[in-house]
Amino acid sequence: MNYILDILSWLLIIVGSYFSIVGAIGILRFPDFFTRLHAAGLTDTLGAWSILCGLILQCDSFLTIIKLILVLIFIFFTSPTGTHALARAGLASNLKPWRKQ
Amino acid sequence: MFRPRTVSLFIFLSIIWLLLSGHYNPLMLFFGFISVLMTTFIAVRMDLVDKEGHPVHLTWKIPIYWVWLLFQIIKSNFQVSIRIIVPKINIDPEMILIPMNQKSDLNKTNYANSITLTPGTVSVRLDDNGEILVHSLDKNFADELRSGSMEKKISTLGN
Repeated sequence: MNYILDILSWLLIIVGSYFSIVGAIGILRFPDFFTRLHAAGLTDTLGAWSILCGLILQCDSFLTIIKLILVLIFIFFTSPTGTHALARAGLASNLKPWRKQ
Repeated sequence: MFRPRTVSLFIFLSIIWLLLSGHYNPLMLFFGFISVLMTTFIAVRMDLVDKEGHPVHLTWKIPIYWVWLLFQIIKSNFQVSIRIIVPKINIDPEMILIPMNQKSDLNKTNYANSITLTPGTVSVRLDDNGEILVHSLDKNFADELRSGSMEKKISTLGN
């Protein structure tokens, strides 16, 4: 039972690391502000969530699990709000979106 | 003062206090009771306990929607990550206007946040005439949003 939990938790942490690293690469490779927001979305969603889910599987105390779930819920609600605020600020300051030639 | 929504806020706050504190001796429980009571009182005084501030009517419907949204998010995460790691980046970003027939502010917020949460689409601005300005990374993501499947799911949450 413990082996299965360990394997599952490592799988989730590896998947989360993959998406966090790919998100960071995307922020460097994409051409402009708005497209970089999409790359940051990778780190915000599946990157953070699967690392947290992997950590939940490593916990042995019930109260710690509850706290990690609350962190998950807060990220779920705040990350789209922050991304939207950034995009709106970019549009309000007349930033021209990059177009394919 | 003792409307059902206020009572439900009190119960919710009590459960959260019990789960977070981890102290269960009588003195601490008494202090927790007083804090929850004062928080509920202040929330009622600030007129926050309504459909928006404490959307308890969504308790049974929203988990079903969240599971559907989770699969959408996983799908588009893979699609965006493939576009990042290919040797030559081939994207075609554009700004599109998406019509929206939602009446309540709660549903509008749910819809715009779901769009932003799905990688590949970011909601940029909400207009008064019921349209959302969305920045999409590629044609695929724009077409997916234009098909309106996400808005149909939002409509099942009621208004």
